[in-house]
Amino acid sequence: MALLEVSHLDVRFALRQGEVRALRDVNFTLERGERLGIVGESGAGKSVAAFSLLNLIAKPGFIAGGSIKFEGKELNSMSERGLRKVRGNRISMIFQDPMMTLNPVLSIGEQMVECLKAHRRISTKEARAIALDKLRQVQIPSPEKRLDQYPHELSGGMRQRIIIAIALLLDPDIIIADEPTTALDVTIQAEIMALLLELCEQHNVGLILITHDLGVVSQVTQRMLVMYAGRVIEQGPSREIINDPQHPYTQGLINALPQMATPGEKLNQIRGSMPSLSNLPSGCAFHPRCDFINRADGQPRPACTQQVPDFVESGNCRVACHMVAEMLEDRRLKEETL
Amino acid sequence: MNAQAETIATMPTQNEASNDSLLQIRGLKKRFSLSGDFLEQLRFKGGKLVRHQEFIHAINGVNLDIKRGEALCVVGESGCGKSTVARTVMGLISPSEGEIRYDSQRIDDLSSKQLLPYRKRMQMIFQNPYASLNPRMTIQQTLEEPLRLHHPDWNRQQILDKVEEVMHSVGIDPDWGKRFGHEFSGGQRQRIAIARALAVDPEFIVADEPISALDVSIQAQVLNLLMDAQRDRNLTYLFITHDLAVVEHFGTRVAVMYLGTVCEVATTATLFAKPRHPYTQALLSAIPRLEDDRPQHIRLSGEVPTPVNLPSGCVFHGRCPHANARCKQEIPALKTQDDGTRVACHAVEEGRL
Repeated sequence: MALLEVSHLDVRFALRQGEVRALRDVNFTLERGERLGIVGESGAGKSVAAFSLLNLIAKPGFIAGGSIKFEGKELNSMSERGLRKVRGNRISMIFQDPMMTLNPVLSIGEQMVECLKAHRRISTKEARAIALDKLRQVQIPSPEKRLDQYPHELSGGMRQRIIIAIALLLDPDIIIADEPTTALDVTIQAEIMALLLELCEQHNVGLILITHDLGVVSQVTQRMLVMYAGRVIEQGPSREIINDPQHPYTQGLINALPQMATPGEKLNQIRGSMPSLSNLPSGCAFHPRCDFINRADGQPRPACTQQVPDFVESGNCRVACHMVAEMLEDRRLKEETL
Repeated sequence: MNAQAETIATMPTQNEASNDSLLQIRGLKKRFSLSGDFLEQLRFKGGKLVRHQEFIHAINGVNLDIKRGEALCVVGESGCGKSTVARTVMGLISPSEGEIRYDSQRIDDLSSKQLLPYRKRMQMIFQNPYASLNPRMTIQQTLEEPLRLHHPDWNRQQILDKVEEVMHSVGIDPDWGKRFGHEFSGGQRQRIAIARALAVDPEFIVADEPISALDVSIQAQVLNLLMDAQRDRNLTYLFITHDLAVVEHFGTRVAVMYLGTVCEVATTATLFAKPRHPYTQALLSAIPRLEDDRPQHIRLSGEVPTPVNLPSGCVFHGRCPHANARCKQEIPALKTQDDGTRVACHAVEEGRL
């Protein structure tokens, strides 16, 4: 049994102009100690996916269907009281902006002790000892001093280290990190990412890493999901997807990176922009931007504009694309006739 | 070139010997006061009233030349002063010391009225297209405004024609002119901001992180647009960014900044193939690459020091793995190497690195 099992997750936002489906039919599993990346542009639904795991979707959003099983227990139907025992304790979160996550009027020590005492029956002294130990693990210089400092006294990189220490406080099984390094500088970013990776491996903690940075995903995660307009369009082992992307959107995303083009030459761009979720194109949501909606004979493939593509298995990956499905079908037919 | 020579002749200048530098920055320094106004600076110390002032030393002696037709990229981490350089060049803030020459003519001490002809020749594109477009103006009004200011003699039809032409050139539909900025996506807004900069036919564009706020697939579109504009209009760019992958693709030359000083200037190919300065080496090793499995980056110890109390000597010495006693005392100057790269590092100079 997988540690975390998400199936057919469906999240909607009830807006005045009607319901918007922010997430539809998201399926994935996470094994103990595994690292999973969720990639996509803003508005693709990657943060909604992460937040809904702990039912942190604020109104008017709600989980409309599907199941989230953690160690076999259904989180979706769990009471708020039960969820609170999981949140921060078994599954903890790291958010993008460390200044928004830390309470500016409490010292670092107070915040860490508060968190520990909320979940365990221990004395303040014991809690401080644990906090100190975690601060050492995230390699903060002079950790004793930091306990009594306030968030504003620390730099961005230091704050994010503290956030990681807080996420590790209760020895969770899974850490969900939502763009943990986006607000930081390149050199600090690399350090924080390396630290997070090291700690996850050391403590055998599962990691769900949400990012728009394909470089980070390929370095840190073992498997990844690529999201577009609220759906997963490709998922599988990160290395395979990065080296040989199947879905035209994933291909476009990787080819658009400056390092994929000859310096000074034009970059390979994806035309247009992501559709708004309240006004999705018919059929495959990517079809207005897709270069492969025509078949090999030059005729447009009607399925692309009419039918939402189902997942097909391609090697170790699952891809939601009519073109890929057609290619696989052709290959299968050819093999059969041989 | 001819048209340019003519514009220079019509400028109110004494035409100095023309070299290929469009912009020269010499000994540029900028301090920002942290101490408020005069009364707030007064302190009692030992029974006496003393004036106490603290400064952020945003840039400390920057020398840069931007050649005609090139894209000079300035990279560095936040707080290194790269945006301050951009804003000082544009005359949006005035330097504390040093001079800026545009086309051999000093521009940092001009009044805003005297600066007006230069403002037509140099334009700026800002980082956040959500903040840089006036929310109360339609796109048409936004694009007409610089034309009305810089071409008071133009009639209505000329302005309309020009706006339409510039909208075409950045790939936005002229029918969108009636709409407001908030109706567009980030990529489209940045196109509009670029159109506004191009409307007055500038020769020099300062772009301050123009694609950082955009999504990956849109970044490529906007970068392509900037490169097209450079080719078609023979533009010169000062491109501020922290994204080294973009620099490698876009830049002709690169200047690496750290804590208000330039530590290395080189052509893009040289810099990426053979980074000399220890900070450049660390910076390059920190880029997440698709190819390798594990980040093999050079870990720098500590964090960027505060620009309020600058370190003595080389500003990088506290984090540098190659620092020695000399680095702690003596400020290194930019020294030209055999291949034209300029590096400010004692270790490189002494051959230790």
